[in-house]
Amino acid sequence: MSTFSNALSKQGAPFLAAFARGGYRKLIQMFVLCLAVFALTGAGDPATRFSELGHQMMCICGCGQILLECNHVGCPDSDGMRNELMTAVNRGDSDSLVEQSFVQKYGPTVLAAPTTTGFDRTAWIVPFVALALGLSIVVLVIRAWKNRPAPALADGLRPVRGAELELFRDQARKETDL
Amino acid sequence: MALIGSFALLLALALSIYSFGVGLLALFFRRDPSWERLGETARRAGVVVFGAVVLAAIALVVSAFRDDFTIAYIFHHSNRDLPAPYKFATLWSGQEGSLLFWSLLLAGYGFVLRLRYKTDPRLFAYASVVLAGVQIFFLSLVNFAANPFGLLEGPLRPDGSGLNPLLQYPEMVIHPPMLYLGYVGFTVPFAFALGALIMKYPGEKWIHITRRWTMVTWGFLTCGIFLGAHWAYSVLGWGGYWGWDPVENASLMPWLVGTAFLHSVMMQEKRGMLKVWNMWLVFATFWLAILGTFLTRSGIISSVHAFAQSSIGSWFAWFLAITFAVFVFFFFKNKDHLRSEHKLESLISRESSFLFNNLLFVLLCFTVLWGTWFPKISELVQGNKVTVGAPFYNRVAIPVALLLLILTAIGPLLAWRKTSFESLKRNFMWPTLGAVAVMAFLMITPQNWGSPFGLRPWQDVAYFYSLMAIGLSVLVTLTIASEYYRGGKVIAGHSGQGMFASMVQLTHRNTRRYGGYIVHFGVVVVIIGFAGSAFNQDKEQEMGYGDKMTIGSYTLVCRSYTDEDFPNYAGEWAVLDVYKGGKQIDTMTPERRFYKASRQTSTMPFIRSTLNEDLYLVYEGLNQDTGRPILKAHLNPLVMWIWLGVWIILGGTVLALIPNAPAPVRVPAAARLKQAQAEPVATGD
Repeated sequence: MSTFSNALSKQGAPFLAAFARGGYRKLIQMFVLCLAVFALTGAGDPATRFSELGHQMMCICGCGQILLECNHVGCPDSDGMRNELMTAVNRGDSDSLVEQSFVQKYGPTVLAAPTTTGFDRTAWIVPFVALALGLSIVVLVIRAWKNRPAPALADGLRPVRGAELELFRDQARKETDL
Repeated sequence: MALIGSFALLLALALSIYSFGVGLLALFFRRDPSWERLGETARRAGVVVFGAVVLAAIALVVSAFRDDFTIAYIFHHSNRDLPAPYKFATLWSGQEGSLLFWSLLLAGYGFVLRLRYKTDPRLFAYASVVLAGVQIFFLSLVNFAANPFGLLEGPLRPDGSGLNPLLQYPEMVIHPPMLYLGYVGFTVPFAFALGALIMKYPGEKWIHITRRWTMVTWGFLTCGIFLGAHWAYSVLGWGGYWGWDPVENASLMPWLVGTAFLHSVMMQEKRGMLKVWNMWLVFATFWLAILGTFLTRSGIISSVHAFAQSSIGSWFAWFLAITFAVFVFFFFKNKDHLRSEHKLESLISRESSFLFNNLLFVLLCFTVLWGTWFPKISELVQGNKVTVGAPFYNRVAIPVALLLLILTAIGPLLAWRKTSFESLKRNFMWPTLGAVAVMAFLMITPQNWGSPFGLRPWQDVAYFYSLMAIGLSVLVTLTIASEYYRGGKVIAGHSGQGMFASMVQLTHRNTRRYGGYIVHFGVVVVIIGFAGSAFNQDKEQEMGYGDKMTIGSYTLVCRSYTDEDFPNYAGEWAVLDVYKGGKQIDTMTPERRFYKASRQTSTMPFIRSTLNEDLYLVYEGLNQDTGRPILKAHLNPLVMWIWLGVWIILGGTVLALIPNAPAPVRVPAAARLKQAQAEPVATGD
């Protein structure tokens, strides 16, 4: 890691170098461990599965509500759908099997979110592609702006750099930023 | 009344056309003094438009109060026994009326803008012309496509069909005006931006003017969005406040981009950077407000809120296309004028934090737009619609929102131009430790303490998000507190005042910055409220007399059922005693109403709200098979924090609009001695 941080320092990235040297590594490791535990732990009991699946489906009565949130008394659909779901969960059907059977019976709009297959996959991918693209653009913009030449100074003025510049900055912050 | 209203609308349209056409020519031939005088008449015509639209709005409201059912709009949205406040709200309760209301607000904003023209006559003249152009569109709509004064065909009816029962709630009297003030208000920053772009406005004064208008508008939109959420929570009876419905999304999109603009505008004011970006943000905010209206009124996207499918969709599509073309034309014509004046010095600076902040806001907006449109795109591509509901937005938008929260914590600690890593570490260490400590505490506490304690992130993804949201909220709060503390300490050191007085003075000296911090604090309070939804519980049960239901730490005992007849509706109540720890703490009366005019049924949940949790009861009616009453109870933790947070956000916004108090001038000791001996000078000399 120290080689890595030295390399970062040489490449002009003191923030990343300091980050790599510091105790933040352990924090990141802990975070990754938590994520792994979280990802590997599945919800198993029927009541939780019923609740989770029921919140991933829509009531088809036209109310536009999540199946388990449909609050119409006498709704022609939601009670039957809930019973079907409970039966399927108690039978031990897998999540995907339950979803498939609901889609076959009620059509694809019964799912509250697009699936991760076929064209539906684009719904999930596009926002993250946009995030990656946006981040790349911001990084490129920052690099381009950093490399932009500084505006020329008027005759007779000398550029202020280093410790003197920091002193002026501190003074300016104290006097203007409060 | 219908004749007066129709005439007023036609007059307003004619005056708007005059204001636009003559105003435009006056700007084109501005060197000719006679055209300058005509330009003044265009401004005055714009002022009078407001009077004409007010007259039309009054005509519609008076028609509602007089139960004039010869007017189709009044027949469809009112009835004789409708209470007075809702008769007044008829103005914005339907398609035609709400478009008239939109025109009214736009004319009101135009009225204020045109009266304040002396601030910068030329820039205001351009803005006035742009506003008149937008006004022509909306007045054309209400005159030719969705006239609120259209007469009812067939025989005269004795009573109206009544207002939608869901809209008969006090908040519906103020929610639409607030929301529309927000939507319509974004036209003003757009008008200034386009005007500044066309005239190649020198300097940054236009952005100062625009920022204040944007803040006011943003405040209204924020208020409108949350009033809508509160209405949904209090009336719809499903126990939630946000359903990611296209109409809700339509209001969120301009809010997100407007928020991005309020941040990036500082870059332009302080550093002369992001001029192109800001121009596009102002345009996008306006455009998205119109796009949202198009989405929900054209019937192109199905929504539980949407107005019926109508012909006005094509009008909006054309308007969107024209405004886009006009803006793009002038942008490419004059974009050289928008060059940045400074370079970026460091990645660790306030500037770069604003860049990332803007990226995330715009990305969130894009995600919402993408999710809203995806059913239509899917239909076009694969021939069948899909649903894009809460599970999609929760999975995609929540991680981005958490990243934004991290930036909210870091951003204020970064200085303009460059921040040393050491200084960042010094300022960030204690807040980070505090946030980590709170998260650890929430994880290790027993779950029977109630929410949000006992948060085990490995048990459920919702708990993980909830823990992160609360932890990051604490981080933001502590960074804000540390900023106040450090600033207050400096002032206390100079002035000898107490810490609290110094912090108040600090806020007065830079209301914008510290008002912004208060807004940030309000946002984290709202987010803590959202985080509570991970612990929501609900239970549904048939309950006869004396039956019990237990939810969380509450036991509900059904005492009785009662009913009463009112002129407008018939009400039926369940009366339940609420026990906690074996002791009766309250009696709750959820209600079910039958509205006579519209012959529709509606539930009125009863909410027992505390800082810790809301007990939310819905009387759903009788089970058709058993004839027994059904009650549904929801236990929603931390919901009150959302509404409290909104008040804090609005308070911070108002504070940020107040001008700064001048900083006291420090006089050296020697000068003070001389001053003491000098003659006093009267104030103002």
